[in-house]
Amino acid sequence: MSGQGQRLTVVPTVTMLGVMKARLVGATRGHALLKKKSDALTVQFRAILKQIVSTKESMGDIMRSSSFALTEVKYVTGDNIKHVVLESVKSASLRVRSRQENVAGVKLPRFEHFVDHGAGDAKSDLTGLARGGQQIQSCRVAFVKAIEVLVELASLQTSFLTLDEAIKTTNRRVNALENVVKPRLENTISYIKAELDELEREDFFRLKKIQGYKKREIQRQEQAAKKFAEEQHADKISLKKGISIKSAYNLLEAGAGKDEDIIF
Amino acid sequence: MAGSSQIRTNSSALIAMIADEDTVTGFLLAGVGNVDIRRKTNYLIVDSKTTVKAIEDAFKEFTSREDIAVVLISQYIANMIRFLVDSYNNPVPAILEIPSKDHPYDPAHDSVLSRVRYLFSAESVASGRR
Repeated sequence: MSGQGQRLTVVPTVTMLGVMKARLVGATRGHALLKKKSDALTVQFRAILKQIVSTKESMGDIMRSSSFALTEVKYVTGDNIKHVVLESVKSASLRVRSRQENVAGVKLPRFEHFVDHGAGDAKSDLTGLARGGQQIQSCRVAFVKAIEVLVELASLQTSFLTLDEAIKTTNRRVNALENVVKPRLENTISYIKAELDELEREDFFRLKKIQGYKKREIQRQEQAAKKFAEEQHADKISLKKGISIKSAYNLLEAGAGKDEDIIF
Repeated sequence: MAGSSQIRTNSSALIAMIADEDTVTGFLLAGVGNVDIRRKTNYLIVDSKTTVKAIEDAFKEFTSREDIAVVLISQYIANMIRFLVDSYNNPVPAILEIPSKDHPYDPAHDSVLSRVRYLFSAESVASGRR
């Protein structure tokens, strides 16, 4: 994965530096929160897993006992019971209600069974009237119990699958933040800092250079002024003495400037 | 965060069954069976004459129906359409494998539990995260 060299293309200004720093803080906080969420979800996941394993085992037992009850019924009422039951199916009286539960931020579905008495069919009540009514009742009870366990198991299974999805998504986000977003932001910040430093250095250098120029200007001007002053002085002397400029210069140089004692 | 597959909240959903005759009879006795106006039932009785195609169709139909929340399927029948059952990913309706009289419960073939076993292996969601 391209981790190291990536950075966002931005204008390296001070405001952008502030913006990037804020984003990095946000990303760090988000990363910590998501990790906590992932941990919480994993804990739930494992708990559900244990429950599923134990419930499945108990379901095996319950199904076995209900089959026994059914066999008893068949023995007592004769084999026709199947057709009678099949004929008498109308509208389901045992139904399932599904609602959503919020567990650690994830919406999990939960099933619960309920008996809809209004939809019960009168025909099935007459099933065991001829013979075997008691066995049919007990068989019915056994199967209703089996349905209870099965509905609970279905509930656990769907929560399990949903949690699985949620954990995968959260982990994906955590990894993305940690391995892509944060390094990118950090690289961008260091790039902006480097650019700002370089600009500052450029500025500093330019300043120094200009100072150098100015100094040299000043020096040159001083020299030019000194020369001019010398020329003037030489002029004055040559005028007073009536000698040429050159000899005035020589005089001056020998005299090394104005001498107080010379009263010309 | 928005769930990619919205879970339906139903106040009155049915339990579908794909099993052998005895199991279905027992559950019908308990009152799980439903026949609606168009004579569509929420159960499929599987015997030796039922084709795999019919089982597949019933499975697909039950899982796409809005009013079915749970599908109970006998494990030996699930083995016949194993690829369909394993590739089914939606949380609702929930697919539950039940044992039948002649075929006791075998956790090795259960699609959910086999995923669980995968989870306890080296690379998984539950163990060794990141």
